[in-house]
Amino acid sequence: MRGVTTETPPGALPERTKPLVLISTVASDAHTWNLVFLQLLVEELGHPVVNLGPCVPEELLAQACREHRPDLLVMSSVNGHGFRDGLSAIRHLRAQPDLDPFPAAIGGKLSTSDSDDPERVRELVEAGFDAVFMDGSAAVSTFRRFLASVERPTGVHPPQHRQWTVPLSGKAAP
Amino acid sequence: MTSAPALVGAPAAPAARPPEAGFAAFVRRARARGELVVQPRMGFGSPALMRAGLRATRDAEATTVGTLTLDSYTRVGDLAAARGAAADGSDLNGYPLVTAAAHDTRWMLGGLAGPDFPVQVRHGSAVPQDIFRALVRAGLDATEGGPVSYCLPYGRVPLSTSLSNWTDSCLILAPLREQGREPHLETFGGCMLGQLCPPSQLVAISVLEALFFTRLGVRSVSASYAQQTSPEQDREAVAALRRLCTELLPRDSVDWHIVIYAYMGVFPGTVGGARALLRSAAELATLTGAERLIVKTVVESRRIPTIAENADALELAARSAENVRGAAKALGARVDDAPTAAPATDADSQVYQEAAALVEAVLNLDADLGRALAHAFRCGYLDIPYCLHPDNAGRARSYLDTAGRLQWAELGSLPLRHLVRARSAAPVTSGELLTALGYVQRTFDSMADDDPAGGSHDATAQGEPR
Ligand code: B12
Repeated sequence: MRGVTTETPPGALPERTKPLVLISTVASDAHTWNLVFLQLLVEELGHPVVNLGPCVPEELLAQACREHRPDLLVMSSVNGHGFRDGLSAIRHLRAQPDLDPFPAAIGGKLSTSDSDDPERVRELVEAGFDAVFMDGSAAVSTFRRFLASVERPTGVHPPQHRQWTVPLSGKAAP
Repeated sequence: MTSAPALVGAPAAPAARPPEAGFAAFVRRARARGELVVQPRMGFGSPALMRAGLRATRDAEATTVGTLTLDSYTRVGDLAAARGAAADGSDLNGYPLVTAAAHDTRWMLGGLAGPDFPVQVRHGSAVPQDIFRALVRAGLDATEGGPVSYCLPYGRVPLSTSLSNWTDSCLILAPLREQGREPHLETFGGCMLGQLCPPSQLVAISVLEALFFTRLGVRSVSASYAQQTSPEQDREAVAALRRLCTELLPRDSVDWHIVIYAYMGVFPGTVGGARALLRSAAELATLTGAERLIVKTVVESRRIPTIAENADALELAARSAENVRGAAKALGARVDDAPTAAPATDADSQVYQEAAALVEAVLNLDADLGRALAHAFRCGYLDIPYCLHPDNAGRARSYLDTAGRLQWAELGSLPLRHLVRARSAAPVTSGELLTALGYVQRTFDSMADDDPAGGSHDATAQGEPR
């Protein structure tokens, strides 16, 4: 949300002291409260955040990764299509020759049943997710620990501006 | 925007008597018998399950209409994914009406959908033309949504594109009248993001969407309102919605009713809490004289409900409505019986004044309602708290007061300064956001004395992120 997104003073190139986190959801998922919550949480832990908003097509996700060079991608989906769409999204990302592998996590309500299927979690990990947070009481605290473990950034590609540089509507960036 | 001259003024069609078949006619007949129509939010990927679900809805001990909720791939127009998921047996979160084989859909509806059991298509698309064409092909004529309510909360489509898509879609539906069918369109504007939007703006958007539909020639509409955090404020809101519809919808050519949505935000996790919340939605519908109620089930907080869970919710809602009605009558209290009855709530409530001010400000922006709506969001005359869409100004903020009413914390440019003294809001933290989102869940779970619905449950929202 613009009101809470980390702002960069005009003209200043941001020093990346903490890993930059890119927050996204899958292509078919319209839910945003989960994204707003995660953005606030991650920002409170001191990380700069780029939040791509709802229904992120795979190509837009890849483009955002190129543009922002995130130190961590956090995907969230709750509409029940997270397994299928998440799998497809991470395969797409990992297949981009110009994107060096960087840590990626996914969480939420990933399927339409409420039981975690370990088989499907393994599939997500094999396809390239470093962590999968199944919905549950421990998800958020485990996620905080995971976030703390993410490596310091290399800082080679500081983003020009972090605020909604990837347009939510697919229109040209301002 | 497509230039649609019809948007400028209501086509003053001759006052025809509304036909006796169709969605709205069914609702009207139920109303005449004093019955609340109840409806699920049901959608399954498989035609067999979907058919079983419709049958169970029809056969429930309640006055019901059926629902065909579409899956998220169809909603965003990713028809390849909808086909792929159906083919490889992945679970879809709804019925893929656009890509499903025509004979499957015909079989699924056959002998069920009809004048005595109308079926409505529910979707969530800002690009709904294909969905409208598909539902017409399937012999259906009732659906819902809106150019604002299925755009801002639902994805990345620019508002101006959604407005022109919804214009086209109304123009697909409206001509069905020439074939003796009465197409029906319900606004989703009474829901928006489901939670934390002050009721006056929900009422305003719902009314504006109903006007949008009728100006494009749809003559049977319903205006929605989703239950929020305070029963008293909700009653004011429904009364305000009814009054504004009465004041603004063309009296002689448009048939309309009010539909209540059981709470659309983070739901209680206990069976007792979820049932109590549904009962209070039925109470709201009954006391405000709403004609129809869309229910939620005891597993809402966790997963897509089964057919049995849906049928249960329908029956609970119908029984609760009956009880409230009986009790109110016994006490001699006024239950708003007919759309024309005077509301039992203060007609000039705060909610009404705010909603009327919002509607008026938008209508004054442009004679073309589509352009007026686009302009309203651009200049912040409408502004949805916490909505991420770039066409939303994002400066208005809400808070829950100590009585549980949703209030404005920041107005941004909302034209409400003469009515509301906003208190300046400190930036919200993740914990505070969860606390606000979890208010209804906590309130109702604390009244329940049972275990979480169906075993292991994780409260979606609690005070502190763990
Ligand atoms: C509000 C809501 C909506 C609003 C969303 C508005 C918006 N723009 O956000 C509206 C009404 C528009 C909506 C629409 C739909 N919804 Co909805 N919605 C909800 C509801 C009621 C609350 C969600 C919410 O706001 N939660 C608050 C946030 C802060 O919490 P959260 O999302 O649950 O996430 C928590 C955890 O999961 C976790 N988490 C989430 N992501 C991640 C990621 C990581 C890395 C980690 C560590 C943790 C984590 O952290 C959060 C805090 O604890 C839930 C049910 C419920 N919970 O009561 C259904 C629900 C999520 N919706 C559902 C569905 C299916 C839909 C629809 C497809 C319609 C339909 N068929 O019923 C459409 C979506 C269309 C689309 N294209 O996706 C289902 C999903 C079912 C499933 N997974 O099997 C649910 C569970 C309802 C149900 N029982 O059927 N919805």
